[in-house]
Amino acid sequence: MGFSMANCYICYEKMRKPITWTSLFLRQPKSRICSNCEAKFAWISGETCAICSRELDESFRREQLCLDCLRWENNPEWAGYLTKNVSLFHYNDFLKELIAKYKYRGDYALAEVLAPFMKECLQQLEYDLITVIPLSKDRLQERGFNQAQALLDILQINSTELLTRIHTEKQSKKSRQERINLPQIFRVTSRTAIQGKSVVIVDDIYTTGSTVRHAAKALKLAGAEKIETMTIAR
Amino acid sequence: MNPISHSPLSIPQQAYSTELQHHLFGRQLLAAEIPFSLDVLETHIEQGYVAKTFGIELDHCIRCGNQDKQLFYTFPCAICRQLCTYCRSCIMMGRVSECTPLYTWTGPAYDFHVPKSVMNWSGTLSEGQQTASDRVKQVILHQEELLVWAVCGAGKTEVLFAGIEAGLLAGKRICIATPRTDVVLELAPRLKKAFPFIEVAALYGGSDDRHKLAPLTVATIHQLFRFKEAFDAMIIDEVDAFPYSMDPSLHYAVQKAKKQTAATIYLTATPSRQMKKQYRSGKLQAVTIPARYHRQPIPVPEMKWCGNWAKQFQQKKIPRPVQAWVNERLQSKTPILLFFPSIAVMETARPLFQNLPAVYAEHPSRKERVQALRDGELQGLLTTTILERGVTIERLEVAVIGAEHEVFTESALVQIAGRVGRSFAYPTGSITFFHYGKSKAMVEAIRHITSMNEEARKRGLLDG
Repeated sequence: MGFSMANCYICYEKMRKPITWTSLFLRQPKSRICSNCEAKFAWISGETCAICSRELDESFRREQLCLDCLRWENNPEWAGYLTKNVSLFHYNDFLKELIAKYKYRGDYALAEVLAPFMKECLQQLEYDLITVIPLSKDRLQERGFNQAQALLDILQINSTELLTRIHTEKQSKKSRQERINLPQIFRVTSRTAIQGKSVVIVDDIYTTGSTVRHAAKALKLAGAEKIETMTIAR
Repeated sequence: MNPISHSPLSIPQQAYSTELQHHLFGRQLLAAEIPFSLDVLETHIEQGYVAKTFGIELDHCIRCGNQDKQLFYTFPCAICRQLCTYCRSCIMMGRVSECTPLYTWTGPAYDFHVPKSVMNWSGTLSEGQQTASDRVKQVILHQEELLVWAVCGAGKTEVLFAGIEAGLLAGKRICIATPRTDVVLELAPRLKKAFPFIEVAALYGGSDDRHKLAPLTVATIHQLFRFKEAFDAMIIDEVDAFPYSMDPSLHYAVQKAKKQTAATIYLTATPSRQMKKQYRSGKLQAVTIPARYHRQPIPVPEMKWCGNWAKQFQQKKIPRPVQAWVNERLQSKTPILLFFPSIAVMETARPLFQNLPAVYAEHPSRKERVQALRDGELQGLLTTTILERGVTIERLEVAVIGAEHEVFTESALVQIAGRVGRSFAYPTGSITFFHYGKSKAMVEAIRHITSMNEEARKRGLLDG
């Protein structure tokens, strides 16, 4: 029947995808990437930490929790704020490069690559409100878009701005200990909007978990009922 | 007047920041690439020292020239608060979108203060090199265009020295651009040694010289995206090498980086068909160096039928003529390179060639393995066309397996053959094209080499 010729959004190579009757009439969502690139995404699978969805390794777990989450949950300052984090992929070299290009070089088009992977997972979560980790004003003005917001916009999911940033320094330049000990970095925009609500927070990467836990704590202390988070990578 | 006033109006008419001039002269940069505040830039714009243009115009990217619709993307931009289109072709250098300004220096030209003596090189040139060197000098001084068609191993770099010297002394800013980082890394120290009294900037992705302003620059063609009307002479080395020959935006980079009146010199052993046509019709002047520095003819490749090589490799067999060729050289301890048409074919064949590791473009230990072959620690390597250029190994012999495959163009085959017989001590050696049906490119590659040898003989550039 012929081929549709589009370029892969990641490697820019021509994709030769056969046009079939199904692809013509069922209007399957068009994939933006070639099968070669798709194969480089490493799905998180198997037995994972009940909170942060890290793959569990015998040397780094106690029962259903990884030792990192155990440490968070044993700390009265942090226990119980984050119900669950879902992450899709391992943060391998391929994904590191991809997310860096997306976020730091500002290649918004890659939101179209990443967002479809989240769709199914978001459909399975039950929530009243969905929001993203905000950027500081300066950072947003510099980058031109919020990388997590763009993912939801591509999926045409209505989100609510629930948080703003108080602190503006870059997280990635801090050690784990420094991040955990930071004072509050988020402010809740409207306490009334979140009273008794289940909230999902979306971000691009879960590294130490400190960003999403700070956000979860702020929302919960302001009256939210349950906080779940979702990231592309961890 | 209030002495602590910092109003821009208090800056006298001719005053401009020399640091900004130093940073921006001959360049075209994003605000993020300029270590000055937007206020400083705006003040200079008001005074006419700096100009800005927006990054996307009509259907093309001002920085890289991209016009491919598939490589533009439109997004809701928080900077201009509108739907804004940006270029995905040069995104790795930072996003250029409709609302992104690109800055250029429009104030007084920077004075490089070139000393009266710039060169310290006392090598001698062969007769063929001397002829070419004289032409290069004329072309640089008179801002003309020239193709230097020099066989592999002719000694192209030395041919440039006299012209660079004359150009620098005449106050010209010169750039040697090449598609390949390897070539920049190899050329930069040689140029620094030959021109010790001036600054030489070496630019490639991640180099320390990124901001260096120098009268002589050696750069990958990619880096030229950050220049505008900077150079009086543009020398393009390996003009036909991937990806320059493939990518129109790199061609745009060259045009943008040089002044409109600049001299342009193309250096190559294998000019494209289009370039040869322009040369034959008289549109492009050329000078040829048909002989190597050591005054011996270039070894001519031999064609050998080897049956259906693809099928034999799949059946885990090495075609018999290839096996015989390899065995002979392993016994005589001759270093060898076996060229394969693709990584896939090479990987199928690799287990059959014991003790011969493989290299390809993204191979992590490519450099180490080539060095091991050079040092005699390895007997041979399997490779893709990635090693067609820039490799010099004494006594090397090469075989091309599946030489009729489309990746082996005439120029690729000439470059591959050019790996053999490069040194004074060992000016000969064998090159074999193993094939399952001759291709036009194979025949033309052999004709190319033979005709260069004939021309060299006619001009008396060969011994014996």
